[in-house]
Amino acid sequence: MRPVDYVRPLDVAEVLTLVAERPAARFLGGGTNLIDLIRQGVERPDTLVDTTALPLAGIDTALGGGLRIGATTRNSDLADDHLVRTRYPLLAQAVLAGASGQLRNMATVGGNLHQRTRCPYFVDRESPCNKREPGSGCGALEGIGRSTAVLGTSDHCIAVHPSDMAVALTALEAQVELTGPRGTRQVAMGDFHLAPGETPHLETVTQADELVTAVLLPPPSLGVARYRKVRDRASYAFALVSVAALLDVHDGQIRQARLGLGGVATTPWRAHAAELVLVGAAPTDEVFEAAAAAELAPAKSLPDNAFKVQLARRTIVATLRRLRADGSAS
Amino acid sequence: MLVVNDAPTTLDLEPRVSLLDALREHLHLTGTKKGCNQGACGACTVLVDGRRVLACLTLAMQVEGREVTTIEGVGPHPLQAAFVRRDGLQCGYCTPGQICSAIGMVAEHRHGAASVVTDDVTTTPDLTPEEIRERMSGNLCRCGAYNGIVEAIVDTAPAMAEMAPALTPVPA
Ligand SMILES: Cc1cc2nc3c(=O)[nH]c(=O)nc-3n(C[C@H](O)[C@H](O)[C@H](O)COP(=O)(O)OP(=O)(O)OC[C@H]3O[C@@H](n4cnc5c(N)ncnc54)[C@H](O)[C@@H]3O)c2cc1C
Ligand code: FES
Ligand code: FES
Repeated sequence: MRPVDYVRPLDVAEVLTLVAERPAARFLGGGTNLIDLIRQGVERPDTLVDTTALPLAGIDTALGGGLRIGATTRNSDLADDHLVRTRYPLLAQAVLAGASGQLRNMATVGGNLHQRTRCPYFVDRESPCNKREPGSGCGALEGIGRSTAVLGTSDHCIAVHPSDMAVALTALEAQVELTGPRGTRQVAMGDFHLAPGETPHLETVTQADELVTAVLLPPPSLGVARYRKVRDRASYAFALVSVAALLDVHDGQIRQARLGLGGVATTPWRAHAAELVLVGAAPTDEVFEAAAAAELAPAKSLPDNAFKVQLARRTIVATLRRLRADGSAS
Repeated sequence: MLVVNDAPTTLDLEPRVSLLDALREHLHLTGTKKGCNQGACGACTVLVDGRRVLACLTLAMQVEGREVTTIEGVGPHPLQAAFVRRDGLQCGYCTPGQICSAIGMVAEHRHGAASVVTDDVTTTPDLTPEEIRERMSGNLCRCGAYNGIVEAIVDTAPAMAEMAPALTPVPA
């Protein structure tokens, strides 16, 4: 076994110096994804930089009425936070829909954003996978593909982005704060994850010498919101389809609609096409159906994952109907 | 240095050694079980600073200086008696993880945590069987002793809540 160093720096400056010198270093948040991938030989870092002693845990109100969520905040602390629960229940629901109580106690926000796909070909080193080994091919395209994506795919990769939290952050129009040797920058959630295209091994805009230091939420929007997740068993399973939806209806007209999709796409998916249909229209079943159809029109499926297109359509419509009822009740 | 069940010990470990292997292979505390070794079963659940975590996906290095509690440090506990009374086990392989997980789960609930089956996440619901099943979903039981497990937790939850330490966020 190749030797590995473990370090637990206390400040961000120390981290930046360290990773600048060691390109094969990896950040270790909760370790719930990285430790597994190291054990399977998929990740082969020479240094583990534990982020959890950095002063980055915690949630504070931000200027202008939003929230600043530190990158090492544990997923359970995020879901338990009073401000998150009262102002962004969609985010609390999405986080609570992921993994298990034990894993959420361990997982960090920064790690959740960077978690790798659960595509079985990615973790199986015997199979070709352009994500794991650029240029080797895609086992999923020819193989058994029930878990694979129908939106945002390319000829090189059809792996799903597995995060629930990220789908809610996409619908909430969060910003990701990255810190590197050139300072701090903010990237919109919609631009943070990269579609596979011809370079499926590049998954986020995070550079090797940068780390995520926070996630910033804009002030809460009007309307009602909900996260709905459909999976093979009632709990402790990744999504087949998930929908993060926000609906604001006023005087019989949809003033604002935001929709994120999980389980069906290569990135945490913002359903812009559906939103375009919804905004300005009346909140009728026909409009909800038309919105779902518009979003799923470009879907590309294989025989094994074709069910996801129908499942996504029905879950989008059911979630919007539920929000319409929630909204008229409140 | 690891503090396991109140006993400080010093181990010289390769950084990739998991907390689970450190407990079982180096400290010979074999109560904590290895089921899947990849986070999918909960058999390896232990408490770190009172929070339930998976020892198989934790490196021993990550918990240096923290308080680790394994099943060996838990008992005798009223929940163990309730598991026996309610037939909360058959082969017993998942049981140490179930017990540690339930202790952590009740502490989370006492701290106010909601769950994904909580209709309004701004509230803390009662620990109904439905809530318990969701909150314990990270612990699989191949023998299917779930009904007994849930009953044992229902019986013991009030007493456990009183025993539970106040949870603080994971210290920085
Ligand atoms: C059995 C099981 C079931 C699961 N089910 C679900 C589910 O249903 N839904 C779901 O959403 N997730 C699920 N997960 C995944 C889980 O949510 C992720 O593993 C977790 O969020 C990753 O966070 P972490 O802190 O443990 O990351 P780590 O494993 O520590 O790191 C993951 C990656 O992020 C990088 N990283 C960490 N922190 C930073 C940072 N600050 N800046 C830049 N890069 C960073 C690491 O280098 C690594 O590449 C499941 C996991 C398991 C094991
Ligand atoms: S052994 Fe740790 S979760 Fe299965
Ligand atoms: S009692 Fe056998 S696995 Fe649970």
